[in-house]
Formats: sequence, C-alpha cells, structure tokens
Amino acid sequence: MTDQPVWRPTASRENLKSRAQQLAYVRGFFAEREVLEVETPVLGRHGVTDVNLEGVAASIDAAGVSGGWLQTSPEYHMKRLLAAGSGSIFQVARVFRNGERGGRHNPEFSMLEWYRVGFDDTELMAEVADLVCGWLGCDRPQVLNYRDAVRTIAGFDPMTISAHDLYQVCQQWLEPEQLAGMSRDDCLDLVMSFKVEPELGQARPVFVTHYPASQAALARITTKHGYPVAHRFELYIKGLELCNGYWELTEPSEQRQRFDQDNRRRRSVGKPEMTVDQAFLSALDAGLPACSGVALGLDRLLMLKTGAARIEEVLAFPIERA
Amino acid sequence: MASYSTNEFRSGLKVLLDGDPCIILENEFVKPGKGQAFNRVRLRNLMSNRVWERTFKSGETLEAADVMDQDMEYLYTDGEFWHFMLTDGSFEQYAADAKAVGDTVKWLKEQDVYTVTLYNGAPLSVTPPNFVELEVVDTDPGMKGDTAQGGSKPATLSTGAVVSVPLFIVIGEVLKVDTRSGEYVNRVKSS
Repeated sequence: MTDQPVWRPTASRENLKSRAQQLAYVRGFFAEREVLEVETPVLGRHGVTDVNLEGVAASIDAAGVSGGWLQTSPEYHMKRLLAAGSGSIFQVARVFRNGERGGRHNPEFSMLEWYRVGFDDTELMAEVADLVCGWLGCDRPQVLNYRDAVRTIAGFDPMTISAHDLYQVCQQWLEPEQLAGMSRDDCLDLVMSFKVEPELGQARPVFVTHYPASQAALARITTKHGYPVAHRFELYIKGLELCNGYWELTEPSEQRQRFDQDNRRRRSVGKPEMTVDQAFLSALDAGLPACSGVALGLDRLLMLKTGAARIEEVLAFPIERA
Repeated sequence: MASYSTNEFRSGLKVLLDGDPCIILENEFVKPGKGQAFNRVRLRNLMSNRVWERTFKSGETLEAADVMDQDMEYLYTDGEFWHFMLTDGSFEQYAADAKAVGDTVKWLKEQDVYTVTLYNGAPLSVTPPNFVELEVVDTDPGMKGDTAQGGSKPATLSTGAVVSVPLFIVIGEVLKVDTRSGEYVNRVKSS
C-alpha cells in the first residue's frame, strides 16, 4: 500500500439512503411473489472456470479446508439448493471479480441473483422487467436478438462474417499485433463493448437475447434460423449492462464438457486452469429442476435510479478507499 | 526497465508507446459481464504533445518510461543550448535544446527555478512556474490620471516576452505575469 486511503465515503448520504430503499424494494418484490431469500457462501472452496472471470483467491485454513475463493457469483451454490428442492430462490450477494475497476466496475459488488423453477427465459424476462421498471419507473424493455443488434448497430452479421472481415472491423480499435490470438468471441466482445453497447437502451430499455452458442456459459442452446443460439438474455438501459440471465442448462454431461472447454481455453491463453466444482456437478447429476435464473448488478441499478455517472457515487467505499 | 500491466494503469503514469514517452491522461475499463476486458486509454505523447487514444486488452503491458520532473535553476544560454542546474545542492547541470525549451524561452530569467522534465536523463521539456516577475524594458510612456479606466498597451519584458499591460505601466517597473495565459497580473513593489 502506498497512501492511507481517504476516510470519507464517495457516495452522498442521499445515495446511501436510495441504496437502503432499493434493498427494501427488492425484498418486498420477492416476498410478495413468495420467492425464498437465501444466503450461500461468499467464501467458497472453488472458483469458476470462465476464461474471462478472475476470482479473488482466499487463504482459509479451517477444518482441513485450505485456500478457497471469494465467489464471482452465487450460482453454483444456489443451483445446489435448487437441486435439493428449495423451489424458487433469490439472494442479495456480495461478489468479487479481480482486476475489474472502472466507471462501472468495482472488484467487490452487490449482485441480485434469482432462480425461478418452471420459468423459461421469456417468463423470467417479464419478471426482470417488472422488478426493474417498478423501481425505475421506466418503459418496459423492447426485445432485440443479438444478431439483429449487431447487424443494425455495427452493420455486419455476427453469425456469418468471415474471420478476415471481423479482424478488419476490429482494427478500428486494435493494432494487428494486438488482434493476433484473439478468438472470434473476443472480437465480437470488442465490437459489443465499443460499438453496440453504448447505443443500447438509449431511447428505452432493451433486452438482448439469443447470444451465439459459443457465448452460452450456463444457458441452454437451441437453433434459430439455422444457427445455434443460447437462451441467454441481457438487459441494457442507457448503454449500461444491467443483468445476465439464462434458461438454465440442466444436463450434467454438457456442463462437464463446457467446464473442460473453459479450461482448454484458459490453457491456450496462458491462464491457470481452475479445479471443477464436483459438488455442483453432483447436484446436476441428482437433477436440477427446469428453471431460469438471472444475475442483476444492484450497484448499476442504483446508478440508473440516482443518475450517477460513476459507480463510486453509489458505493460507500470503492476499492481505493476500502 | 519496469513495465506496467493494464491493472496498474492510472492517470499520471509515464509509459513508452511506439517508442515515445507518454503520460496517461485517462484510463477507462470496459468489459461485458462474461466477455473479454479492455482498457480505453487517453495518453499525451510527451515528445509531440499530441493526445492519443488507444485500446488495450486486459493483461497487456507497457514499458515504463524513464521520465522525471526536476526543479532546476536557469543559468544562461550560449545561443544553442539553455543551461540549467539542479537545486538539490549537487550543482549538476543540464543543457536543454530549443525544442525542449519551446515557448518557455520567453519566461526564462536567470536564477529563477523551472521544472525540467528529463527523459532518459536528457531534458525533454521545460515548464515555467505559474507566475514569474519580470522587468519592463520597453513600452510607450505612461499616461497620468488613467490608472483606473480600461485601455491597454503592449510592453516588452526583460526576457523578450510581450504582454498587454494597463496604460499606467512605465519602463523599469517589475510585473507579475501568469505564464499559463501570458497575462499581466499586477505590479510588484519595486525594491
């Protein structure tokens, strides 16, 4: 550490009050719908395999357990509850993502994650809209599939563009030597971040749906217009990515394959492989009920509510002052 | 030389980009939830003073630039170089060329202290203090009874700088001047 952090909070008292009101609103919303609030470990024994998510390593040493990770999301633990017969559940969790700090990122943040047994992605999107619009008083979101979003805003078809043409597009932002070794999805993320996202949800909120199958993470995959797509959705309001939801994958063998694929990608980019959470896989073996789940950034929701330009305006103490 | 990865980027950091020393002005982190992270960075090239905007993938590194700001006293010019001396008691001297001195040349007064930016040990730029006090060597004669009203005239200072001054200023007076705007501030009580 270099300097002693400034002791004062970065959020105004007014914004801290909005935070408390938001939390009460969320709890009231789910109480009314009889969704059970749960708490799962913030410090877990396993991290995630996702190639673009870095956990924060912990050093727990108790009861023969050592190491551990601060969780990037409560997903695996919550799915274990679902497999054990919890029914629909929600959680307000503190989650951690190493290296992420910017106007919209703090390495520790508040995530609202919930699962609805028996819902498909469309039904859950309707519930997300109820929650978000009920709090912000905004118009209900329109729905735009990923392919059309990229086509209309970036001007090319993300499903059919050749690798060569995609590299050409990306040279607006990166030098050819920086592009070397970037996967197709990395390139699409670049276009999404710098070109598409800033335009999304400006006039009214928008759900982006049906991501390419390669960006499915833990979502089911089906075929749409001849291309495999993921039952994954994200909500954007005023260019801000607010949530990420899936019609959940329940098939254990498919899940195992995706974990292995993640670790192969990690290896290829020189990142350490992550141990796969066997307890989570066992829960899938036992049977995850058909469900949809979504994770929503509460700090970003509060930014929209208060009109904050940067995340520290709604955080008592961002990492620099933590 | 040390290098910095994107996680260490912050404004004020001095780095080498395309072989030139640059200072980071702004660093913005951009990342879709499950996707690749990028840093959008604005930098000023310290050689050309141009502002660049560049994108980096998370985890990329830039070499640190050996750039240091030092307080130095201005000694004299031999016509080709301007000579400065460290104020830390080492009496170490540095010769800055016309490119390094740039516009600051018109504020250089012997024995005054300036910020000299060294790159790899050689002067890259010279920054004057925000205010300097210089003597008027030439201006039209003062006009009596015109101390309060507006109106101004040019005055040439001892360094050759020309500033716009009120009509009552006369040759031999010492003026305080803001080097950032080049504007007259006030008269300094003559000794």
